[in-house]
Amino acid sequence: MNPRRRQRLLAVSAVLLLIGGGVGSMLYALNENVDLFYTPSQLLEGLGKDKVKPVPGQRLRIGGMVVKGSVRRDPTSLKVSFDLVDTGPIVTVHYEGILPDLFREGQGIVAQGTLRDATNIDATEVLAKHDENYMPPEVAEAVKGIKHVDPNAAKPAGTYR
Amino acid sequence: MMVEAGHLALCLALALSVLLTVFPFVGAVRAQQQPILLARPIALLMFIATAFSFYALSYAFWVNDFSVYYVANNSNSMLPWYYRLTAVWGSHEGSMLFWVLILAGWIAAVAVGARQLPLLLHGRILGVLGLVAVGFNAFVLFMSNPFERTLPFYPVDGRDLNPLLQDFGMIIHPPMLYMGYVGFSICFAFAIAALLGGRFDSNWARWARPWTLAAWLFLTLGIMLGSWWAYNELGWGGWWFWDPVENASFMPWLVGTALLHSLAVTEKRGTFKSWTVLLAIAAFSLSLLGAFLVRSGVLVSVHSFAADPDRGLYLLAFLLVVVGGSLLLYALRMNAVRSQARYQLFSREVLLWSNNIFLLTATLVVFLGTLYPLVHKELGLGSISIGEPFFNQFFYYLTIPFALLLGVGPWVRWKQQQLHPLLAPLSYIAMIAVVIALGYQALAHDFAANLGLLGLLLGAWVAVSAVAETLLRIRQLGGGAAGLWKLPASHWGMTLGHLGFAVLVIGVAMTKTYSVEKDVRMKIGETVQFNQYSFTLSEVYPLKGPNYGGQAAELEVYENGEKVTHLHAEKRFYPVQQTVMTEAAVDAKLSRDLYVALGEELDGPSWALRIYVKPFVRWVWLGGILMALGALMALLDKRYRRKSVSEDPAHA
Repeated sequence: MNPRRRQRLLAVSAVLLLIGGGVGSMLYALNENVDLFYTPSQLLEGLGKDKVKPVPGQRLRIGGMVVKGSVRRDPTSLKVSFDLVDTGPIVTVHYEGILPDLFREGQGIVAQGTLRDATNIDATEVLAKHDENYMPPEVAEAVKGIKHVDPNAAKPAGTYR
Repeated sequence: MMVEAGHLALCLALALSVLLTVFPFVGAVRAQQQPILLARPIALLMFIATAFSFYALSYAFWVNDFSVYYVANNSNSMLPWYYRLTAVWGSHEGSMLFWVLILAGWIAAVAVGARQLPLLLHGRILGVLGLVAVGFNAFVLFMSNPFERTLPFYPVDGRDLNPLLQDFGMIIHPPMLYMGYVGFSICFAFAIAALLGGRFDSNWARWARPWTLAAWLFLTLGIMLGSWWAYNELGWGGWWFWDPVENASFMPWLVGTALLHSLAVTEKRGTFKSWTVLLAIAAFSLSLLGAFLVRSGVLVSVHSFAADPDRGLYLLAFLLVVVGGSLLLYALRMNAVRSQARYQLFSREVLLWSNNIFLLTATLVVFLGTLYPLVHKELGLGSISIGEPFFNQFFYYLTIPFALLLGVGPWVRWKQQQLHPLLAPLSYIAMIAVVIALGYQALAHDFAANLGLLGLLLGAWVAVSAVAETLLRIRQLGGGAAGLWKLPASHWGMTLGHLGFAVLVIGVAMTKTYSVEKDVRMKIGETVQFNQYSFTLSEVYPLKGPNYGGQAAELEVYENGEKVTHLHAEKRFYPVQQTVMTEAAVDAKLSRDLYVALGEELDGPSWALRIYVKPFVRWVWLGGILMALGALMALLDKRYRRKSVSEDPAHA
């Protein structure tokens, strides 16, 4: 190998190593920051083929429909709890703070937080989509059993399509 | 009738875009001038047709024509006229029509404004743009037609515009953003046209640069306005959420910034050519990727459009054709292009190269963080989301060396630079920066080695360096008013852009460190204390707007016992869409924002209130404005206009 080629080879391998190292560290950091998404039934029955259940203290996201009449407020503080459901099992979410504008009973929401015990979650953030017909896609999948729900089909009778 | 005419005009625009693709390439292959010369009038006609089509849809909104699906779903007779008009781009179909209008506008601007280009290159650019326009026009016409009718059973009134979009920020945010996204298609066309012709010289870079600057200017403003709008309208008091939709706009911005700097090297030194071409392709591809992510519904986001898998598939195919086609062309043509210029390790070329490396690494971070959940889900590993710490951590580590290099960059010469002559000025700058940063922190807060101090140090370093370098250049040019006048506009642009970055870094670091955020429950007459500020809830009363009701709260704010301001926060209820909206009350000052959002009414009666004190949050947007101003100054530089005036006196 002539010196010029060797130099080029060295430069190319250095660049590849750098890129590899960079992407590797990013993927590692990604895995550290992953929050798995569960629906209430997945939370209780486990996720995937192996039925992996989350452990208490684990950070996760949960999405479901708010059970009507389940919102309980603390009379003196901003503490609030409510139940989420998709196909049967019910999970309770505990939160302190202001619920989003579009939070309503019977509507789909996503909560980010940590698992307290099998059916209780301490939420740090509650998200409601800015669309009154929103259902988290994962919940729509669980409820309807089909991959893609036509957004228009999910609309109530008051719309024009 | 008007609606059908609009539909027809859109079909015409599609036909014209096909012609715009065919004619210049036929002319280029057969070496005939005539077909290439036709491209210009075709581009103008296409703009007129698209503009008429857009006008027709706006007219349907103006007269409340609810026999059109899109109008019925996004407007209402109670909506004020200005929101009726901006509702045109309030949802997917109309915003796509707006997108093609902007594309046609850019193409017309290139057809008219880039006439100093060699005819063949100009024709090829228009041809590539024609191809892009075919893709988007067909998408609007066949996949998301805004002119579809509800006949024969049309509704009496519309479903109203999403209340979130009934805001001034929303009137101007999408136009700016789309101008930016679509503007990168011009850079892309320049790159592809040059690849087809196989000619890259510094002239090419000089012609491509103003278009890149213009696109970047609009994208910067668009992102900044979006952030400002989210801060005011979403009621969460945040200005950036690392949401997939935000990331989708941030990626082209990062690559666009890298492209601006790389183009500078290509123009001044005739090197980095293949790199520049790749960046131009990447910037446009990432704009397309953004459109795909936002409009296909593959990612869960708080503010994306309604999901439609077919549209997503079309955009994905389009994206693959663009990326695949241009990379193939690049592989075929680029080995013929060699950069001759030589440069030493310590030179401006290498520093700009490191700038590009940092910006691209940042892009990669955002890219992985945005797409990883998608891959994870498609592999059947379950749905996930990526936490904010991932992005924050990487941007923290990337910003520090980036800012340090930025303080050195403008001082370093092209080709080679001795370290020795720079040591004295740079150490003065470092000392001044440290004094400013430590001094401010000691005066305003207690001294602490935290993120805020780091931000102040880096910001002061970049800002002092930029100002000192500009002063030095002015002195070299003769000093005083003469020097000020002689300094090229593009140099002012660079200085402003770098100052904007410094301001942004300070703003981000200071708000992150010193913000106080609290959700509280208050009764009327109650007071909460926040550092030196106290907030008293004095009144809550029902609200009556043109198309909404709700509640409004009045708060008095005192600082150390002295009255500072009066805040008026609203919680609106829009009956047509059954939607609740927060209108936050903000008292803005350069040094801090006082922010109050009214939450729900609780038993008591008491109210949930979100109260924030956010120091330096204005600096985040001020930084964006300064960067955009910098781009504008650079755009005004004489060298981008000189040639067109001398060669073509009719066009001045």
